[in-house]
Amino acid sequence: MNGIHDMGGMQGFGPVKPEANEPVFHDAWEGRVLALNRAIGHARLWNIDMSRAAIEKMPPDLYLARSYYAKWLLRLEDLLIERGLIDADELASGHARAPGKPLRKLAAADVATALTRGSYGREPGAPARFKVGERVRTRNMHPATHTRLPRYARGRLGTIECVRGCHVYPDTVAIGEGENPQWLYTLRFAGRELWGESADPNLTVSIEAFEPYLEAI
Amino acid sequence: MQLRVRALETVLTEKGYVDPAALDLIVEAYETRIGPHNGARAVAKAWVDPAFRRALLADATAAVGSLGFASRVGDHLVAVENTLQLHNMIVCTLCSCYPWEVLGLPPTWYKSAPYRSRAVIDPRGVLADFGLKLPEATEIRVWDSTAETRFMVLPMRPAGTHGWSEEQLAGLVTRNCMIGTGLPKGADAVS
Repeated sequence: MNGIHDMGGMQGFGPVKPEANEPVFHDAWEGRVLALNRAIGHARLWNIDMSRAAIEKMPPDLYLARSYYAKWLLRLEDLLIERGLIDADELASGHARAPGKPLRKLAAADVATALTRGSYGREPGAPARFKVGERVRTRNMHPATHTRLPRYARGRLGTIECVRGCHVYPDTVAIGEGENPQWLYTLRFAGRELWGESADPNLTVSIEAFEPYLEAI
Repeated sequence: MQLRVRALETVLTEKGYVDPAALDLIVEAYETRIGPHNGARAVAKAWVDPAFRRALLADATAAVGSLGFASRVGDHLVAVENTLQLHNMIVCTLCSCYPWEVLGLPPTWYKSAPYRSRAVIDPRGVLADFGLKLPEATEIRVWDSTAETRFMVLPMRPAGTHGWSEEQLAGLVTRNCMIGTGLPKGADAVS
């Protein structure tokens, strides 16, 4: 969706403000939110693209106003309620009113291995359509659902730099339509292709582009 | 916010969905074991060991995995190398994708609107915010992490570090130099 999360190339947000000696968490609750997300993630009730989509559909003003871990908290609450794992009264009272449903619970003994990221590579159903060095154009597409083709890189000419293998396709897995594995490419653009003639001549930008985002020229 | 998080944790614990001891271990892992010191070790090794450097650039998941960190390295990790002609920078314009296994959790600025919006259109301006000015002739390459591929930058080894041990070199490798918003510390930073 053309949401506020798709920020590449937007202007007016001001300078980047690095924080000296930034702590891993600014408050203890942030760590708990991260841990709750990871622990519940272990149950595989939803996939990573569903969880990204849940943040992307937050109203833009709230998306910008909420801190990172506040978004993670609200997303987790929303998904748990949506899936019927808890209800709003339980959240409000801070106590369970009924026993939980069975799910794959993360045991303390399994934390070390559970923190390893999963693999998104899948067996290809067909050979890759594009080769390294080939010029391709990204589609001018505007799905109202989750996609990983950023707006700034739509309808642009680029060069295939690397074929990364066949991966789970975010656009379908996010809406419950299956992993639908697709070839994934690193696609490189000249800065001027993206930003026009006044762009830095020594800038190149790449995205990781799934094959359905691309068309032959 | 703290009360709200506690309420959620209590509900989830009472319903049998989470084990608070597991949550403690996750927080502890990211506060202590999973951080940029891991990436720094990989970079320092690549600086002293040409075979490891080649392996890292060919398959960073396997190469970093061979270092035996506490947390195993997930798939799809890619290392990109800076040279005199080329400076790499990593961003995720759509969310906050970041190579957790080698760099830990991303800093707040990496997840912020200013960085995510400007990194792809005005990377030199972003570098200026970090006090870094590169020659105009240096190509800046920005990697937008739009899929599950995760990138880390292999920065150039600082001058004047000939004969240094891996451990000494790792002390020069900052988190930001592995994202591309900084350079390693100079040899004179450590005496």
